[in-house]
Amino acid sequence: MIDEQTIIDVMPETLVAETRKLCEQGYRLVQICATRLGEELQMDYSFDLNRKFVNFRFLLPKLGGRVPSITGVFFCAFTYENEISDLFGVQVEGNALDFKGNFYTTAMKHPFIQDAVPASVPAPAKPGVQ
Amino acid sequence: MGQRTIIPFGPQHPVLPEPIHIDLVVEDEKVIEAVPSIGFIHRGLERLVEKKDFVEFVYVAERICGICSFIHGQTYCQGIEEIMKLEIPSRAKYLRTIWGELSRIHSHLLWLGLMADAFGFESLFMHSWRVREQVLDLIEATTGGRVIFGSCKVGGARRDITPEQMTWLLKQLEVVEKEMHLIVDVFMNDSSVKHRLCGVGVISKADAISLGAVGPTLRASGVADDMRLLKYAAFGELDFEPISRTEGDSYGRCAVRCAELFQSVDLIRQAAAKIPAGEIAVKVTGTPSGEFFSRVEQPRGEVVYYIKGNGTKNLTRFRARTPTFANVPPLVKMLGGCELADVPVLVLTIDPCISCTER
Repeated sequence: MIDEQTIIDVMPETLVAETRKLCEQGYRLVQICATRLGEELQMDYSFDLNRKFVNFRFLLPKLGGRVPSITGVFFCAFTYENEISDLFGVQVEGNALDFKGNFYTTAMKHPFIQDAVPASVPAPAKPGVQ
Repeated sequence: MGQRTIIPFGPQHPVLPEPIHIDLVVEDEKVIEAVPSIGFIHRGLERLVEKKDFVEFVYVAERICGICSFIHGQTYCQGIEEIMKLEIPSRAKYLRTIWGELSRIHSHLLWLGLMADAFGFESLFMHSWRVREQVLDLIEATTGGRVIFGSCKVGGARRDITPEQMTWLLKQLEVVEKEMHLIVDVFMNDSSVKHRLCGVGVISKADAISLGAVGPTLRASGVADDMRLLKYAAFGELDFEPISRTEGDSYGRCAVRCAELFQSVDLIRQAAAKIPAGEIAVKVTGTPSGEFFSRVEQPRGEVVYYIKGNGTKNLTRFRARTPTFANVPPLVKMLGGCELADVPVLVLTIDPCISCTER
């Protein structure tokens, strides 16, 4: 193992308070990541202090999930929060710099929670078949 | 208060090789606020893991970026190896270190050239890129590629460096090092360069941490943080201390990169002296089941890969947080209050790589 990675389960309701505690200890925000797990989204908020890696984790429903913004603690979170909003459809409440779905130019809405081949895209016709 | 005007900067601009857009709210010649927009060419590469075999996916990871391509591949392989508990041969770790540091040298020389071009020092731009060509020749001679090395694979390295090649590499590095000293001397001491960089775009230590800055942008503000201290690859066996400055301005960021050029040369020499003989890869059997946040220091700063496998040949999730993505908020901060003419220079001081950001 290259480095110890601590993963802590938190609730969305306590996310901001827990994040503030880390901020006051001198941690920096490393990244925010969403992962689709079936009908749920796994949310990861990663922090670092002198290469000590701490990760907050909680689950949201795949559709209609809401999280509070942590931009009040780490302003730099606005990029990650706009990203999870555009790609995964997570509704972030209170983002200090909300692009309202226009952070990424995407061909479809919330592409990272869609199935690999969207139902709206017809299968290519076989050669010689009308 | 003067009249406020919004000036769109990018996505097409002479100083930008790749598309990023910034709305600059200006009052006369002073920038009051900057609002960034990215995402013009977002490729969605992360979702390709659902279709590609985890062993093959290293080819995709390497193609996230054309400058730090090798380190992207290395970060991916390292993450998979951690999940699968693979102990790769020591020689492979040293080879990865050597190629990673060659990548850093060529990336920093590329940045120095772009920076010189941005502040109008054309001959310095040409000299920087001329030396960079020599470094690319070293990479080509040892990996077969100049942009995509293709020399890193899950389980170790795909190619070896022979003792004859290593001797030649070290000899060529001496030439490159002398040339770099001439260039760096101009960047560090020329009055016209200092006039454009000193005191421009200052980021305090506290701001650098709270805004999530990484790499030279962070280290130039007095934070000696570098993921190579995690001792991945062979860094645990090499003498290494991060380079940092306290100015926090554009000159500081330039100075960090200049010093890192010579530090990378030193690390390659150390690695060449200590590299053990032996195998360069282990056989990979099974499929990854588990998760890991793989962190590596790219030329632009810390890159983070989140890799999650479910025991099949396709990963559940691959997520890449690239250093430029992390350095966008610090850029917004340093643009506020700057002169309009300094915007191109400031954008370049974070060494933006939109190709990485739009993975």
